[in-house]
Amino acid sequence: MNEYITHDSTGKSVGKVEKQFFTFAQPPDEMVLDSGARLGPITLAYETYGTLNRDKSNVVLICHALTGDSHAAGYYSDADDKPGWWDNMIGPGKGIDTDKYFVICSNVLGGCMGSTGPSSVNPETGRAWGMDFPFVTIGDMVRAQKALMDHLGIKKILSMTGGSMGGMQVLQWCVQYPEMVRSAIPMATTMRHSALAIAFNEVARQAIIADPNWNNGDYYGGKKPDLGLSVARMIGHITYLSDEAMRRKFGRQLQDRADLSYQFDVDFQVESYLRHQGAKFVERFDANSFLYITKAADYFDLTRFENANSAVRVFSVAAARFMVISFTSDWLYPTYQSREMVQAMKKGGLLDVSFCEVEAQWGHDAFLLPNERLTNLVRGFIDSVYRDAK
Amino acid sequence: MQNNIPLRFDLQVIASWIRAGSRVIGLGCGEGELLAHLKAQKQVRETGIEIVEQRVVRCIEQGLSVIQGDINEEVHDYPDDTFDYVILSQTLQQVYDPLALIESMLRIGKKAIVSFPNFGHWHVRAQVLFTGHAPVTPQLPYSWYGTPNIRILSIKDFREFAGQVGFSILKEVTINTDKQDKSGRIVQVLPNLRATYGIYLISRE
Repeated sequence: MNEYITHDSTGKSVGKVEKQFFTFAQPPDEMVLDSGARLGPITLAYETYGTLNRDKSNVVLICHALTGDSHAAGYYSDADDKPGWWDNMIGPGKGIDTDKYFVICSNVLGGCMGSTGPSSVNPETGRAWGMDFPFVTIGDMVRAQKALMDHLGIKKILSMTGGSMGGMQVLQWCVQYPEMVRSAIPMATTMRHSALAIAFNEVARQAIIADPNWNNGDYYGGKKPDLGLSVARMIGHITYLSDEAMRRKFGRQLQDRADLSYQFDVDFQVESYLRHQGAKFVERFDANSFLYITKAADYFDLTRFENANSAVRVFSVAAARFMVISFTSDWLYPTYQSREMVQAMKKGGLLDVSFCEVEAQWGHDAFLLPNERLTNLVRGFIDSVYRDAK
Repeated sequence: MQNNIPLRFDLQVIASWIRAGSRVIGLGCGEGELLAHLKAQKQVRETGIEIVEQRVVRCIEQGLSVIQGDINEEVHDYPDDTFDYVILSQTLQQVYDPLALIESMLRIGKKAIVSFPNFGHWHVRAQVLFTGHAPVTPQLPYSWYGTPNIRILSIKDFREFAGQVGFSILKEVTINTDKQDKSGRIVQVLPNLRATYGIYLISRE
């Protein structure tokens, strides 16, 4: 996702931020996962922006997408050339205004950006977990975030938001801990993956698994499955864009050449772009984390929460005010999936539900890009929840 | 967010009928001026349905709960008697299947409020009679080829319709408004000839 990040044109920023860590679930009190396995100790990397008010009523929780991290806004140091991944939305005077709100973002359980995941050391063996890492679900990720909220002494979340897999966590929060969530903004997300979404994830996973360097997940300290992981990322990027976005961005333009090469080298700009994204990605992301997290996203099915087997029944326990956002050109989680969500909320008796399909040409990734309409929606919604809560 | 623009006259009539603290849904709620007024003045729990993205954004920015969608579809998802009032303001004449929509409104709400421009107004009649053209008036400003108003009805028609399909008219207010509809007055005598709008509070029988 971070190829979009640029310095904010407004020049406003939360400034210097610091990654923090919280470790919990020490044995013998490990966290029990949805799979039944026990995991502990668990570390979550997180960042906060803004100031927590006295009655702790101004908390906004950000959930990141598949390959995101806790670094949602600001800079780690003066030398940083890029701010956090949602710097256009989070900051002083921005859509999520850090002058008013205390913003928290944590790296998901199973991730590789400071939180416990398959690349962490298994305390029993002293080596990286690899494929011995237990399966984690979106529910487990949320359970870990809840532990972080408890640690910070936060009982009520004013608003939470996230796009894509971040939106799945938002939805999960609203039914898993309904009493804690005052309002929620699921963006460009779904109650469950379509076969199409699972198919793309599976091809991406197979690209990693087929790389000989993957070595059944045991590659730490040796050669990494960079080729497989970069192909996985290339596949991902195709699904995050759209036909129109690709036409506008690349068309059939050639890369650094006047004519076709008649070689299997890079001819087209789109090829160069995907290779570049793939190559950049392997520098920052762990292949096993990619496998575990995509599987968690594929397993997610809100309609089966606690065996309800009905989205309507699931949402009937939620107590949050909702604003559901989809984007016109998102074909990974198309608008009809957001509409199904809204429909279930309505049938479940939720009245405080808003829904907007935002016009955007950039496909699934539109939620990450600066968009005045999106910013206004988020600002208006959170501000009104804050007003009503007072 | 409060604005100081006075509410349009027909919306003032509607607002006066709404009980404080009730549950209200506005079908085709536009930029939410009525809902925002009701929320601020009568502490209602509001919902709106609006199809145009930009208007939906305006509503949500003000803190209203509004769903982007087609009113004919969106009404189906709500359980029976979800709302105290279902409001359809100046939209009935643009609906393809008015009967189905009114039935849905009376299913999801205990009461419904419907308003529409009166095609029986003398101005409309005179234009047709004397000029031989399809009418274009301040309330019906469109030429025949661009009008969204596909259902032509008068105050008399709506009263008859209520009897034919079986719903009760609890209140009827017929009004005559100025060209911008900002101000107006209630018409008591010969409303089908003299009123520009009819506003109705209806319920199942």
